[in-house]
Amino acid sequence: MIFVKWAGFRTQSEDRYPAMSIRSTIVSHILRIADQQRKTIAPLTDNLVLVDSGLDSLCFAVLVASLDDSLDVYPFSENDDIRLPVTLGDFVKLYENAAT
Amino acid sequence: MLQPEHRSLWELTARVGLSTRRFISDASSRIAVADLAGCGTLDASPEALRGRSVVISSTRQLPTVLALLQLDGVAHRVLLCPPDLASAHMPLIMDEADADVVVSDGTGPAAEPPTPVRIISCGTALAPATTPRDRSGTTEWLLLTSGTTARPKIVVHTLASLIAPLEDGLSVSSEAVWGTFYDVRRYGGLQILLRALLGGGSLVLSQSGETARDFLARAGQSGVTHISGTPSHWRRALMSEIPSCFSPKYVRLSGEAVDQVILNNLALAFPKASIAHAFASTEAGVAFDVRDGKAGFPATIVRGANNNIEMRVVDGSLRIRSNRMASRYLGNGRSLVDEDGSVDTGDMVELRGDRYYFVGRREGIINVGGLKVHPEEVEAVINRHPDVQIARVRGRSSPITGAIVVADVIVRKPKSLTSITDEILKTCRRVLPPHKIPVIMREVQSIDIMESGKMIRRRA
Repeated sequence: MIFVKWAGFRTQSEDRYPAMSIRSTIVSHILRIADQQRKTIAPLTDNLVLVDSGLDSLCFAVLVASLDDSLDVYPFSENDDIRLPVTLGDFVKLYENAAT
Repeated sequence: MLQPEHRSLWELTARVGLSTRRFISDASSRIAVADLAGCGTLDASPEALRGRSVVISSTRQLPTVLALLQLDGVAHRVLLCPPDLASAHMPLIMDEADADVVVSDGTGPAAEPPTPVRIISCGTALAPATTPRDRSGTTEWLLLTSGTTARPKIVVHTLASLIAPLEDGLSVSSEAVWGTFYDVRRYGGLQILLRALLGGGSLVLSQSGETARDFLARAGQSGVTHISGTPSHWRRALMSEIPSCFSPKYVRLSGEAVDQVILNNLALAFPKASIAHAFASTEAGVAFDVRDGKAGFPATIVRGANNNIEMRVVDGSLRIRSNRMASRYLGNGRSLVDEDGSVDTGDMVELRGDRYYFVGRREGIINVGGLKVHPEEVEAVINRHPDVQIARVRGRSSPITGAIVVADVIVRKPKSLTSITDEILKTCRRVLPPHKIPVIMREVQSIDIMESGKMIRRRA
């Protein structure tokens, strides 16, 4: 493999941005995926229930894979006891805990 | 136990009792099962359909269920059209099924038949009707395989093969109210319909466009005690707020491989429920269910052959022979079974310790939230781009949808993938449904074709 690129989800200029917090990375990916998938999304607050965000299951699947590649964090791989996140706050916390 | 011989769906439904508590409902209507006696929903006498090959077409499930109760044992064939079936497939499907009647409420893939056939309207309104004088015929139930590249295959079942799995020891009281995320025009949903009807219970059907949360709220309000869906359905439900009124006794998963995360989350969400996952395919029928709360299935299930079901693992693929199998495919001349009379499911399993685990499909078929994707179809679209030398499409495992579609692409020099990605995606979006569009594309220098199957599951 000589180059890895998310299909339309990330531009090369964005790749040069300095490291962001996990929260801002997640938000940034959500905005990019929503734009790519032409979804209108709700304001991204911690209390936002994920299924009410405007993103469908496929968008979330893309988000998880995207975060795996950009953060190298995949909270679902080895921990069978994780709770599936309901809100955006749960989702961010899941990734923050997995990254520590 | 129920014997299907010379018993129609209606007779078996009525035989377990027509309690006034029994009902079938969707988001728009609720029908008391007892009210179906002496009534019909077709604008023709069932006798007019005796011996005919009937296509049932509706976007709603309830009109289909009511038509089935009137036609089994009378019609020669009933073909169940899933609502997402592309109308473009209808001419060949109707030809292969020798369909000469369409029963429809004016919606669904065959609402406007491609060939001149008789159209009989149906719905959910009951009207007094003549009871068929004879329901002893063996009606062929035609089911379509799901979401493949070319047209779906037509799989032939009978009521006998479809209800054989009901003898699985799952004890359900006649007070059970079943619910299903599945469409009853698919094998998984049909199993739930038959359990409800033949077990003496009721059924709450999902409706197109309804969210998981809204369906579960309706299920809770309707007193659903037993409910079924794919792991993707359940992940979607668990990632919303489960309505407090919904407290099932039994939760069933099938249609996709089940992981431990979803089983554990369901156990936490529904502490009072028994949770089971079943393995079934349209061709092989239900092979088994697993009730120990663990992903995979005990190796003893394969070794423990009994009179009704035999399983083998041949070159990693699960093969099944049972009285639950379909009898044949219609039309394409392909045999449904191998030389030993078994269905080769194409589902690859791996023995780890004392359990088998599913590790993907032999042909590389990707299952995105229950929707199948043939890699070759997506590859063909990517390969249309003049600067693409070759593409390989594969699945990448996902905790949300089971898998997502990713593509490895060799690009002709001096171009790079970056410069042509937008053009490739534009073509993909024009000709492919969303679940088939690659969400990740990687530029690679070589593609090892022999390893394509092994790359499907990055995290097995």
